[in-house]
Amino acid sequence: MKQFKGRPVVAGKCKAPALVSHNGFNTLASFQGALQFGELPIIGNKYKNTECDDQNNKDLYRKPMQDKALCLPQTIGSTTGGMIFFCAKSLGKCPTCLLFSEHIDSLAAAGAVLAANWCDEPVVTIDCLGQEFLDYVKDGMMITVDEDGTVTVE
Amino acid sequence: MKLTQEELDILNGSKGETMAKVMKTLVMYGDAFGATEMVPVSSKMGHLVTSFGLGVMKPVYDLMDKLIEGGAISGQKFSVDPKPLDPKVPSNFLKNFVFNKFMYSVQNSYDAQLAKLGLVDKNAYTCTCYMDEVGNKPNKGEVLSWAESSAVVYANSVLGARCNRNSGIIELFGSIVGRVPYFGLLTDEGRKATWIVKVNTSKKPEAQILGSAIGMKVMEDVPYIIGLDKFLGTKLDGDTCAYLKDFGAATASNGAVGLYHIANLTPEAVEQGEALIAEGAKVYEIDDAELERVKANYPVMWKDKNAKPSLCFVGCPHLSLAQLNEWTANVVAGLKKNGLKKVSVPTVFTCAPGVKEKFEKTPAAKQLADAGVVLSYICPLMYMNNPLAKKEPVITNSNKLRTYTTARYYTSDEILGIITKEVK
Repeated sequence: MKQFKGRPVVAGKCKAPALVSHNGFNTLASFQGALQFGELPIIGNKYKNTECDDQNNKDLYRKPMQDKALCLPQTIGSTTGGMIFFCAKSLGKCPTCLLFSEHIDSLAAAGAVLAANWCDEPVVTIDCLGQEFLDYVKDGMMITVDEDGTVTVE
Repeated sequence: MKLTQEELDILNGSKGETMAKVMKTLVMYGDAFGATEMVPVSSKMGHLVTSFGLGVMKPVYDLMDKLIEGGAISGQKFSVDPKPLDPKVPSNFLKNFVFNKFMYSVQNSYDAQLAKLGLVDKNAYTCTCYMDEVGNKPNKGEVLSWAESSAVVYANSVLGARCNRNSGIIELFGSIVGRVPYFGLLTDEGRKATWIVKVNTSKKPEAQILGSAIGMKVMEDVPYIIGLDKFLGTKLDGDTCAYLKDFGAATASNGAVGLYHIANLTPEAVEQGEALIAEGAKVYEIDDAELERVKANYPVMWKDKNAKPSLCFVGCPHLSLAQLNEWTANVVAGLKKNGLKKVSVPTVFTCAPGVKEKFEKTPAAKQLADAGVVLSYICPLMYMNNPLAKKEPVITNSNKLRTYTTARYYTSDEILGIITKEVK
């Protein structure tokens, strides 16, 4: 077990298994399949658990993102990013929390504050957890997040 | 964040509950970056990234309804990204059914929402709003509340305007309140380069690959690029601006670059030179082998990697008028050389409605049509974002389109070679 202290961008408590992207997380590329086709018959089957659709992300491609503690350095790509997070949260397809090793980027921050103000409940978002966090955490490890930004990995 | 009395009043509901919530969202957004204050949006117009009425994005349109009902409409007019549909683009019954019934089922109602919120006019749908033919071209130093990664990086780098890489919805909120939090690329400090990129290639690098290489390396940092002026010159003429448009789009989609400086060329680099480079900046050297390595690592997502291309897209971001003329001349010459009358792969060139209108008044428009190329205002990315298109072997010279879809990347020369020769 190891603890890391980050900065709460949107504070809250939660617990979920880790899903780790070591490179920039492309929000549009990752969510587009699940958001557009997740509810369609047949075609939607491969997106039932919000499987990552980003072919360039070797860590996450085809892995389910829903109800996971998404651990990442930052997000990259299209400026639809924050809006995509907001939609994913509104539609119940969002990871449980977003845990950034680096300072949060402007698109992910937009998603976090949009969800906090315009959705029924926020997405717990912690940043500045450090590279050691990203080096330590592995897919499936259990993550517990506290209000003060403490992240426990076990 | 220190707010003025007027900003505090809005936050406390002086302009209604919805406006207060919009302001609260912007304040929280700024707080995440240690913004010290809000600053006025000084550009004439805004630019939005969300142009598509995608049925599944209902939460976005519900939010737009709340804004309209709450009287929180944009204080400035805005342009918006390209439309996702154009009947002129090759399609089929099944695709049309999926597009109209499942995907873009709320396009018309969303277009109506945009008009209520402040869209300039029905021709303002393009990712290259800064083209002269479109008219949303900010001045140096102006503060913007824009989204669309390729437009933001162009406005910051080539025009010297100041804009963060805002997300969709946030950019509209900035235009509604008329203020944005002061941080990042709005500040002098945030515009300093933390990477020095040395371009040591033997010839002018392909814009889309160079941009991709730099984006993947520096991610959201600001690069100061040395050695590119050797190939591009020191003047921001039409050709150079078109190169920088494509280069920037690749840096922003393959990474998260919102601003780059090019020594002796882009406005701030010309003014400030290497004083723009932050202490301790990292160095990335790019030569022919590095560009080749980057290109070779692009995954090919086609099921049959040797399939005959079924469609070709050129123009993501939208082509400039000069690019359209150059492509037309090259296609005509290529076909003539190879003894063909029409392109061998269904091909779509895309550009802003205003550019299209101007191009269509020139003789080149007939040449392009005679060559079998479709000219459209569509967003190729939106067209490609569906399971049917994913199965198709589509080719493109756009690294942005490659990144977000299953389209296969080729350089512009390679694309020209493919579409003007008999495909076996």
